[in-house]
Amino acid sequence: MTTMIEASTLPESRSLPTARAPRRRRRRFSPEAVAIQLVLWVYAAISIVPLLTMIGNSFRTHFEIASDPWPIPTNPTVENYVNAWVRADFATYALNSVLITVASVLLSAVVSIPAAYALARWRFRGRGGLESLFMSGLLIPFMLAILPMFYLMDFLGLIDNPLSLILIYAANGIPFTIFILTAFFRQLPGELEEAALIDGASHLAVFWRVMLPLVRPAIATVLIFRFVPIWNDFLMPLVMLRSRDNYTLGVGLTTFFGEYQTDWASLFAGLVIATVPLLVLFIIATRQIIDGLTAGIGK
Amino acid sequence: MTAKSTFDAKRPHPVVIAAFIIPAFVLFAVILLYPMAAALGFSLFEFKGGLNIVGFNWFQNFVVLFTQEPYVTQLPRAFAHNLAILVGTLILQNSIGLFLAVQLQRFGPLRRVFQVLYTTPYLVSPLVVGYLWTLLLSPTFGPVNAALRAVGLDALALPWLGDPKTALPVLILVSVWQWIGFPVLLYGAALAGQSPEIHEAASIDGASGWKRFVHITLPLLTPVIGTVSILTFIGAMESFTLPYAFGGATGSPAGATDVLSLLFFRESFHSGASNALGMSSAVATVLFLFILGGAVIARRLLGRYEENLT
Repeated sequence: MTTMIEASTLPESRSLPTARAPRRRRRRFSPEAVAIQLVLWVYAAISIVPLLTMIGNSFRTHFEIASDPWPIPTNPTVENYVNAWVRADFATYALNSVLITVASVLLSAVVSIPAAYALARWRFRGRGGLESLFMSGLLIPFMLAILPMFYLMDFLGLIDNPLSLILIYAANGIPFTIFILTAFFRQLPGELEEAALIDGASHLAVFWRVMLPLVRPAIATVLIFRFVPIWNDFLMPLVMLRSRDNYTLGVGLTTFFGEYQTDWASLFAGLVIATVPLLVLFIIATRQIIDGLTAGIGK
Repeated sequence: MTAKSTFDAKRPHPVVIAAFIIPAFVLFAVILLYPMAAALGFSLFEFKGGLNIVGFNWFQNFVVLFTQEPYVTQLPRAFAHNLAILVGTLILQNSIGLFLAVQLQRFGPLRRVFQVLYTTPYLVSPLVVGYLWTLLLSPTFGPVNAALRAVGLDALALPWLGDPKTALPVLILVSVWQWIGFPVLLYGAALAGQSPEIHEAASIDGASGWKRFVHITLPLLTPVIGTVSILTFIGAMESFTLPYAFGGATGSPAGATDVLSLLFFRESFHSGASNALGMSSAVATVLFLFILGGAVIARRLLGRYEENLT
């Protein structure tokens, strides 16, 4: 056990000044260190146990949940998932959520990436003003415009049409995407585009073939980051969608909680279904998410 | 040659520039800026059902908002709840988050594992979080009350979300539970960026651990604490999904979880009044000025502090 900890410390301690190492080793065996470790684990349990309870209960029957609060399934059943997925239309909701989220993240990226590039690399009149206009979008609470937005979508004939949500989410992502990507495009050396232009490449080719590939990691981070709030949003679909066939998981969940009020087991399964895609995303992209959350701090 | 190409590299043909900028600009302007401007403008008009304008009526909607029922009771109450959420989350997030981040800093190897565990609730949608805690705190079968009874705390096995006295504190705690990973990660990154030399020098000079924390770590962290606080402010003022999951659009029980955005939502879609658009726009304008004003002032104060620091 001790050797395992030693081994796992190695790569970290290499980057630290050597003066710190002895102090750290002494602390590991002090009672204070043990107490703090304990507190850290207790808080980790507080973070994670409610979610494990949700998963555990989703595999139990309604009767088991009512009679025994301990959330470990003794005879795991998938009946709740069948209930939610088939009978309560979660299959439709999930498909709608996936389509709307992916389409709006992509649309947002497709319009924002060229704009970010132009704002970062080119000089033209009104560039500063345009950039501050887009940046103002980071602070404005656009949720407050929801009623005029509703009338706008009504005018465009897009009420109860997923396209209304795709347009709103895509527009909502523009300030953030431009904010992150202009910073990355600005860091690229000017010699690159000059060399390519001298070789006779067009501006479009320079953007597409030289500069774009260089910011690919930043684009990946932005896409992942936009995915989460769109997937989680529920106010917009609540307002813009009418028919069940178009519902997203969020709105579907609210009607589900109304109709299945007394079937606790299926409710837990519904919550898990709404959560799994994000957990999968988190597992695939833990590093990007943590790096993205802390971008620009402590560097 | 080089000079000319540099000139070209920065200034492509205007058509190329337009093609790069216009799609983003149009989408942003039509879908977001125009409705936002409309919401602010509509607050000065009276409507008779939907978009039909009766006429320009100056600040009449705001006068109604601040002097007539139900707004006179609901608006201050909702505002007080938002304020309680703000103060509660600010204190708990900053203290717990900072404590966890500092301790993780000292226990290097497991840091990543803990960070991931603490951040997991952040990835669950606030709606799912709200419904999950409704189930966990259920007075009939909720495991939380069962656990409290099991350790002899029967007196604490309360209908947490059904009682107007406890509903709002529970809402604050659940919201902190969900977002704690964010300050832990941000403070962790900021702490990792502090040069160990300063701390070494201070400890050679005889400064104790607590003194080093108060006089070195904390001042250096202030910009990040400020950033977290501004984001907490915006989040607390806009909080909608969690209160909706707990108490529906009316903030039950008895309006105990009613917040400004729920009030705004009801005014927009549930009021049925002919002047719904005018009144909801007035609420939106008040919220807009408050949130944007608060964020801008906070950012300016933070900027001044950072200037003094360097």
